[in-house]
Amino acid sequence: MDKVLMKGNEAIAEAAIRAGCRHFFGYPITPQTEISAYMARRMPKIGGTFLQAESEVAAINMVYGAAGAGVRAMTSSSSPGISLKSEGISYIAGADLPCVIVNIVRAGPGLGGIQPAQSDYFQAVKGGGHGDYRMIVVAPSSIQEIVDSTFLAFDLADKYRMPVMLMGDGMLGQMMEPVAFPDTTGVKLPEKEWATTGTKKMRKPNIINSLYIQPDELEALIKNRWKKYIEIEQNEVRFEAEGTEDAEIILVAYGATARIVKAAIKKARENGIKAGLIRPITLWPFPSDVISAAAKKVKAILCVEMSMGQMVEDVRLSAAGACPVHFYGRTGGVVPIPADVYDEIRRYV
Amino acid sequence: MAIVFQKPKALSDVPLHYCPGCTHGIVHRLVAEVIDELGIEGSTIGVAPVGCAVFAYNYFNCDMQEAAHGRAPAVATGIKRANPENIVFTYQGDGDLAAIGTAETVHAAARGENITIIFINNAIYGMTGGQMAPTTLVGQVTQTSPYGRKVEAQGYPIRMSEMLSTLEGPSYIKRCSVDSIKNINDTKRAIKKAFQNQIDKKGFSLVEVLSTCPTNWGLSPVEALDWLRENMIPHYPLGTYKDIDAEQKA
Ligand SMILES: Cc1ncc(C[n+]2csc(CCOP(=O)(O)OP(=O)(O)O)c2C)c(N)n1
Ligand code: SF4
Repeated sequence: MDKVLMKGNEAIAEAAIRAGCRHFFGYPITPQTEISAYMARRMPKIGGTFLQAESEVAAINMVYGAAGAGVRAMTSSSSPGISLKSEGISYIAGADLPCVIVNIVRAGPGLGGIQPAQSDYFQAVKGGGHGDYRMIVVAPSSIQEIVDSTFLAFDLADKYRMPVMLMGDGMLGQMMEPVAFPDTTGVKLPEKEWATTGTKKMRKPNIINSLYIQPDELEALIKNRWKKYIEIEQNEVRFEAEGTEDAEIILVAYGATARIVKAAIKKARENGIKAGLIRPITLWPFPSDVISAAAKKVKAILCVEMSMGQMVEDVRLSAAGACPVHFYGRTGGVVPIPADVYDEIRRYV
Repeated sequence: MAIVFQKPKALSDVPLHYCPGCTHGIVHRLVAEVIDELGIEGSTIGVAPVGCAVFAYNYFNCDMQEAAHGRAPAVATGIKRANPENIVFTYQGDGDLAAIGTAETVHAAARGENITIIFINNAIYGMTGGQMAPTTLVGQVTQTSPYGRKVEAQGYPIRMSEMLSTLEGPSYIKRCSVDSIKNINDTKRAIKKAFQNQIDKKGFSLVEVLSTCPTNWGLSPVEALDWLRENMIPHYPLGTYKDIDAEQKA
């Protein structure tokens, strides 16, 4: 397979198109604008739709309509825009619609800054919108993984009929690396007999809806949806583990931060410290089991994030007190450097 | 025996939940009759709003989507772009279309999105129990304008049809009323043209229907019709605000 050099943001767009996405609705925001720009260039040439909506609110609701009409639909944004999309994401989850939402995270709160951050973990994983719902969140850490995760995101969305978020940050979005695209010749997209494509007077009307006035009916529906979520927790956890077998300290980090942590681990190993890495690729479902098992064998866990500590809460829940869980984070768009992470490692072993 | 009156096929066989004397029911029927007459039931997708018409997804006998409050034009845009050959309409109240969803309405119109919007203007928020709407008249008493709408504090009602007709995108914008047989027939003709325009790929069309909310106006159904005629029509003049067919002829 031929490799091409691509920016993270453009790789997402190209992978989405190759995954069969022909409907993209966006609103400009740094640091993800290359995704929209790429879609704007490509979609008209392949019979697809690129639409710059009047707001993120409109964009996500266009995704709702298009996904409900049976096509692979996507939107992308960055943190403040995702806040606006949260209402729509909740409706999408409540109506069991498949779609992909990209968040190239920037620093917050408020207008924050445009530099890389991971401070939207809570929003993505714990539900930025209202109600009892879950969203699969995939957080790649290289451009090749961005490509693979984009395909995965569309497939999981269709398989489970739910929204999937692809979460990156400005660093990944702007970084260039060689990538290969999987061969998609002959791949057929799944049939969606529930979609509002028109009855053709051949079937009963299909209804896309999230309103259920009777409490017992709504409870039954949500409980049923929860079975799907449990199945996902059992089958769709993805992570990378490196040097965990002999580790005395395990670092947990995701996305671009994991790359920095890897450099720190390398230095630690060179200096005789047995450090290992668990890198969640899916943030939900979270790789709790592997962290829980590791916690029983190590002196300490160190969680590193570009935030004041969000994923660390899930790491602590997973470790369940079996070992101390420490945290090191930079925020506001400040990227941690390997030397500082290395100093942190030395504090705990 | 000849059948002289029957339920349109595009209306489902379920009782409507609207209050007695509410004109939502009339407009539902008109939309369904038009869908029947144009023979488009199998390719029509409706979008229900948040408001009293929220259950419209149970009433129309075609594929339906329920949108978040105000977002129906965006949802309709997504549906239409996914399958441009399908006929897509939204059915929205004034709070939905002219307050929380103003941006979605204006931009769908500006894009000339090839959809049809049925806009129910009853000068009040019906579903939530009678609060002030963007279309509430000056002086009108509602739950949240208990001393009457005052311009110093609450500003002026919005005339959506006039506002939207300044845009180049729309192909057809008309304000009608369902207070009399004549006006009901007129409304049906307008709705039919609005759907026909979409079939003919002429772009965005909107029919504003002055409607009653006897329950929250605190009037009997007949008094409500009188109130509509005496108060709403003078402020919201009936008529065609945009018609590209007429412009081309002229
Ligand atoms: C985001 C959001 N805000 C508020 C509401 C509550 N709400 C439901 S219906 C409605 C007003 C509907 O009024 P209108 O659009 O005029 O329709 P009508 O009920 O009069 O037909 C409001 C405010 C909601 N469901 N969602
Ligand atoms: S509250 Fe008003 S608008 Fe709603 S159904 Fe009753 S009369 Fe009609």
